[in-house]
Amino acid sequence: MQHLLGIEGLPPADINHLLQKAEEMVAVSRQVEKKRHTLSGRTLVNLFFENSTRTQSSFEIAGKRLGMDVVNMAVQNSSVKKGETLLDTALTLNAMRPDLLVVRHQAAGAAELLAQKMSCSVINAGDGAHEHPTQALLDALTIQRRKGTIEGLTVAICGDIAHSRVARSNIHLLNAMGARVRVIAPSTLLPSGIEDLGVTVFRKMEEGLPDCDVVMMLRLQRERMTGAMVPSAREYYRYFGLNEERVSLARQDAIIMHPGPMNRGVEIASGIADGMQSVIVEQVEMGVAVRMAVMEALQAPDPRAAQ
Amino acid sequence: MKKTIKSKPPRRRLFLNARVIDPSQNMDIHADVLVERGKIAQIGKGLPRDSSQADSKVFDCKGHVLAPGLVDMRVFIGEPGGEHRETIKSASKAAAAGGVTSIIMMPDTAPVIDDVALVEFVRQTANEKSRVNIRPTAALSRGQNGTEMTEFGLLRDAGAVAFTDGERTVADAQMMRRALTYARDFDALIIAATRDESLGGGVMNAGLNATRLGLPGIPREAEVIPLERDIRLVAMTKGRYHAATLSTSDSVEVVAAAKARGLDVTAGVAIANLTLNENDIGPYRTFFRVSPPLRHEDDRLAMVEGVRSGAIDVVCSNHNPQDDDTKRHPFAEAADGAVGLETLLAASLRLYHTEDIPLMRVLECMTTAPAQRLGLERGTLKTGSPADMVLFDPDEPWVLREQDLRSRSKNSAFEGARFQGRVLKTIVAGRTVFSRDV
Repeated sequence: MQHLLGIEGLPPADINHLLQKAEEMVAVSRQVEKKRHTLSGRTLVNLFFENSTRTQSSFEIAGKRLGMDVVNMAVQNSSVKKGETLLDTALTLNAMRPDLLVVRHQAAGAAELLAQKMSCSVINAGDGAHEHPTQALLDALTIQRRKGTIEGLTVAICGDIAHSRVARSNIHLLNAMGARVRVIAPSTLLPSGIEDLGVTVFRKMEEGLPDCDVVMMLRLQRERMTGAMVPSAREYYRYFGLNEERVSLARQDAIIMHPGPMNRGVEIASGIADGMQSVIVEQVEMGVAVRMAVMEALQAPDPRAAQ
Repeated sequence: MKKTIKSKPPRRRLFLNARVIDPSQNMDIHADVLVERGKIAQIGKGLPRDSSQADSKVFDCKGHVLAPGLVDMRVFIGEPGGEHRETIKSASKAAAAGGVTSIIMMPDTAPVIDDVALVEFVRQTANEKSRVNIRPTAALSRGQNGTEMTEFGLLRDAGAVAFTDGERTVADAQMMRRALTYARDFDALIIAATRDESLGGGVMNAGLNATRLGLPGIPREAEVIPLERDIRLVAMTKGRYHAATLSTSDSVEVVAAAKARGLDVTAGVAIANLTLNENDIGPYRTFFRVSPPLRHEDDRLAMVEGVRSGAIDVVCSNHNPQDDDTKRHPFAEAADGAVGLETLLAASLRLYHTEDIPLMRVLECMTTAPAQRLGLERGTLKTGSPADMVLFDPDEPWVLREQDLRSRSKNSAFEGARFQGRVLKTIVAGRTVFSRDV
């Protein structure tokens, strides 16, 4: 594997391998001494065209725990404003000889385009509404740790499917691992042809939640809840917000997930987000582990340095 | 080559031993073609080889197809304003290499061709620098703003062959109504793009592929709705209307129904929508980002059937040169468009080789049909008409390489494509403007 640009097309064996590796990394991260030196001396560049403090920090911590030098570049305030194109940026960065590039960009396909021009490995940290592969992997790791396996589970992904890279990556991954995937959303937030990605579509929470082992909520962007896609936040919450009553429709041992950052009171009730079934905080922890695993998998670590 | 442009053609040229196909006369015969003073003088078998005169030339066509030169009804050129993408001169070289003898130029330049002086600029530049005929269209509205009509009468007298807002769809129904009504008094043709700007704000065909790629889709209705609106306005105004480039099966039905009602409506299709589909986009290949977008295979098949049945009249290249600055971006941020002048004939021959459309019909849609629709005395080999011709081998296999493109921009959707059928010679008014050494 040279790059991680998406989950689509990734064989289940590779997914399993990454999840297994990530389990190790969870252990590493829970030690007092968290530093592995498997990738020491190498350079990781975090290239974020969109703001995302959480994701960026997660990649940064992952890189540092493996011993890498990490450079964060927040591009939205710098060269892009001066008219530099994505490929110019790629050429410039490439000349600095990083070993790993993590990229977040607002346009679908941006990571793919960069990967064509870079000599180093590229990790897609979210490209438009296309994919966010490490998010899907960390979700899978969280589910697997809680449920033992992914195969055979019923997972509902709820909310803004149309604009969500998280939804797409999760749909690919969960299908590859043998889960039954449902999506629940108002019709305006469902992209056309979504059924053909292997999901069952529901337009009411009450219909889609029964028998679910996992309920994955998605963030609804503020600009989409003021009449463009749904009339208002309060109407959305009324029909699609995850509250106690709706949670009770899913299996009793169902887990509740959210990729963050949450809009409390829009897509999820506060009590649910902080409740017993919520694994939202655990997802964040798994994020670091999964990213460490991906970085090592892409970098062929120095065997002498492995602990 | 400048010499070729300006030099006088030989007084008399004889093209021997050709398979002469002329859709305007439904002619497909083995014959010789005599050209005198740049015009078709005679077509017949065993014409006398009078080589006694010094300015007489004889050329053996070796049984290859000699047809009217192509009239490409939708070509975008960067001059004025975008000369780094394409000039009139570079477009004309590309056209000549593709067997295109007449370019119908869209007014989407900077500034927009909406004024007599600009029409004259194009005609004059074409006269000086182009080896093929270049006929400008003029904008339908000032600056293509969609609100104020241009001077149809003056522009037509200056040489504009039709009125169109080019890539832009006229959003305002009242504006379209007035344009159709006013154009009628000048017997002028309105050419319209049909892509609703709000509904069609995406970047590729709506559907599973767009959803997978996470790209905003353009639903088929974004084309059908403005088309249906325009056709109702044609019925209301009795105007002359040509839908520039259609891409969906529903559009074909709408046009066929309009024709059945006797409306003065014709339609075109870009070669890309006849030979490619949305799957060709693969992993975000921006050279396949075109407008109208590549659709589902079912739509492609419907377009092919539309051409075969006659519901669709014209096949065009939709030549739209874009350079790295506009194409080497993430798919959603790249510009629409692909070059096509040099591949129009070769790509269209695919439809003949797959036996979907007879050769005569394929050629008609790129010669006689557009010429007649625009009222041009081209696209025909009738005696007395200008000797604009293309000689091609319908079977020669070849592969398109980027470095062979003569267009200043290299954004071809057919890079690396295998073709069967190749242009050997292009003749404009009796002059050879392109010749492949064979």
